Amino acid sequence: MSRILQWLFGRLPIGWLQLSHKRGRFMAALSGVAFANVLVFVQLGIMNSMATATLRPYAFFNADIMISAADANALAEGENVARQWMLRAFADPDVIAGTGLFIANAPLKRGDTDISLTTFGIDPSQPQFVAPQIAGNIASLQVQDVAILDRLARGISKEAAAAIRPQTPLSFETQNRTLTALNTFAGGGGFGGDGYMFVSNQTFLSLFASRSSAAPDHILLRLRPGADVATVAERLRILISDDSLRIRSYGDAAQEDLRYQQTKRPTGIIFGFGVLIGVLVGLVIVYQVLSADVADHLREYATFKAMGYGPRFFLGIVVEEALVLGVLGFLPGLVVGTGILTLMGKATTLPLAMTPGMAVTVFAGTVVFSVLSGVIATRRLAAADPADLF
Amino acid sequence: MNSSMIIEARGMNHWFGTGEARKQVLFDIDLSLPRGSFTVLMGPSGSGKTTVLTLLGCLRGVQDGSVQLMGHALKGATEAELTVLRQRLGFIFQSHNLHESLTALQNVVMGVQVRPGVADDLARRAAAQALGLVGLSDRLDYLPANLSGGQKQRVAVARALVGNPDMILADEPTAALDKDSAADVVDLLKRLGAARGTTTLLVTHDNRILDRADRILTLEDGRIVTTTDNP
Ligand SMILES: Nc1ncnc2c1ncn2[C@@H]1O[C@H](COP(=O)(O)OP(=O)(O)O)[C@@H](O)[C@H]1O
Ligand SMILES: [Mg+2]
Repeated sequence: MSRILQWLFGRLPIGWLQLSHKRGRFMAALSGVAFANVLVFVQLGIMNSMATATLRPYAFFNADIMISAADANALAEGENVARQWMLRAFADPDVIAGTGLFIANAPLKRGDTDISLTTFGIDPSQPQFVAPQIAGNIASLQVQDVAILDRLARGISKEAAAAIRPQTPLSFETQNRTLTALNTFAGGGGFGGDGYMFVSNQTFLSLFASRSSAAPDHILLRLRPGADVATVAERLRILISDDSLRIRSYGDAAQEDLRYQQTKRPTGIIFGFGVLIGVLVGLVIVYQVLSADVADHLREYATFKAMGYGPRFFLGIVVEEALVLGVLGFLPGLVVGTGILTLMGKATTLPLAMTPGMAVTVFAGTVVFSVLSGVIATRRLAAADPADLF
Repeated sequence: MNSSMIIEARGMNHWFGTGEARKQVLFDIDLSLPRGSFTVLMGPSGSGKTTVLTLLGCLRGVQDGSVQLMGHALKGATEAELTVLRQRLGFIFQSHNLHESLTALQNVVMGVQVRPGVADDLARRAAAQALGLVGLSDRLDYLPANLSGGQKQRVAVARALVGNPDMILADEPTAALDKDSAADVVDLLKRLGAARGTTTLLVTHDNRILDRADRILTLEDGRIVTTTDNP
């Protein structure tokens, strides 16, 4: 450590020597920085997993434009959309296909298992609207009461899910009907539900008697290859011109959903605040430690001033101390943060994990904010007047 | 300007405080120190000795009068200019003021590193040599907490001398030491200063030093009242 800093600063690593001289305070400071790091890691991990979980169902489908109700902030929210708008959209020469998408939550009861699956009702004759892992088995949905089940859903054991095949199907009760899963796909639990399930729109309507085939939750459109999605969406907005509808590119719909989860939903806001508080805690700890350290060494600093050391030298010492605290505090923070996220992920089956991006971001943030606190702490240096030494 | 003088002060006055509380503590000080000389400044407590030292040592801005230090006018000099000038001076304070987290060697290295571009190993060698000169070769890696008062002040002497300063300014450096240690420290200052041609200005009450001084100045109520030159 001493050697690295000596090389980095081209002088005796006074900051490091000063910090490590007072062991107790040094350890407390490092724990403080590590704690702030853990706080930020956990909050960021949850925010990341919320983003993963929010975007995941969008990846099940293949569409260019989505028509939703104006109040549909998320995939499973909002009013229905009249099917007639799909027919209207076909008037545009670039729109080549359309389908209605039905969404509702269905409870799944089987033995001890009691979970809630987000259920998609789709047209089994239109495989081009779903991702390959579902499209491959979509024909099986032609049969009434057949489902494609999420093998990563919470509450379904890995072994049971792995055994599901057309020859060895799995039957379960939902909405007073018995469904049979012949195939599976990879989804996963999120914040809203425990997993996902695909059925045909016919099966969907018999599960949810109050729903009508004339009013799906969303309408998905495919465009002629090479058509400009934004231009067509704009044309459709003019063509359909109904304030109760949102007509967006499919990618925009996913991003707007994510932004809604992060900035409008209480959970998103709370975790965003958590990050802010973690940063503040870190800032305050580093500032406290460094300014106490400056205050403790005013006499020594005044002596250095008398010897002819200038302001840059003192700034350098405090920056050196900030770097030491930032780097050495980050490492245990990373280890503990990774552990906590892994444990939480296991316990909740949420996609919680340390990512390299998070580690790099938090490391950079820790160093930047530590140095910032250090620079603020140097204001106390003005009190070191060498004329008072004699 | 006479270039054989390291310091030439003419008509130096100094005040502390502002408004009603403003009080003059130095009056019309004239003073010239030849290069390589050893000068002792005496006087009762409160007579202004420390104030003179801080002004000549660029630790305080000169308010009135002309002061030339190594050919530089101190009045009106910027803080940055004073900082650079201080790199050519060595200070020894009444208290040793060593850095508690640094070893004896590291404390002395700080006296070398103040000038940019000194290689690390060179600085260490110079520091070890300076500590050898003050008789502390076997204490290089001791922290100040593990040194006696006299040893600490000797480290401070090494730190002041290691950069080969043009002038040493010392304010009662032996006041906190027992008799033997005090004699050691003053001997070192005199001997090492003479060997290097360093100018020394020393504030002290120690009578044993008086006969070693080239010149003795006595300050009373902010005025130089006697100047005695030893033959
Ligand atoms: N920082 C200061 N502010 C106000 N008055 C001071 C300050 N420093 C010294 N003085 C006053 O200036 C006078 C000379 O002080 P000083 O130079 O310390 O004397 P000496 O070192 O000879 O004891 C004293 O009357 C002292 O009270
Ligand atoms: Mg004094």
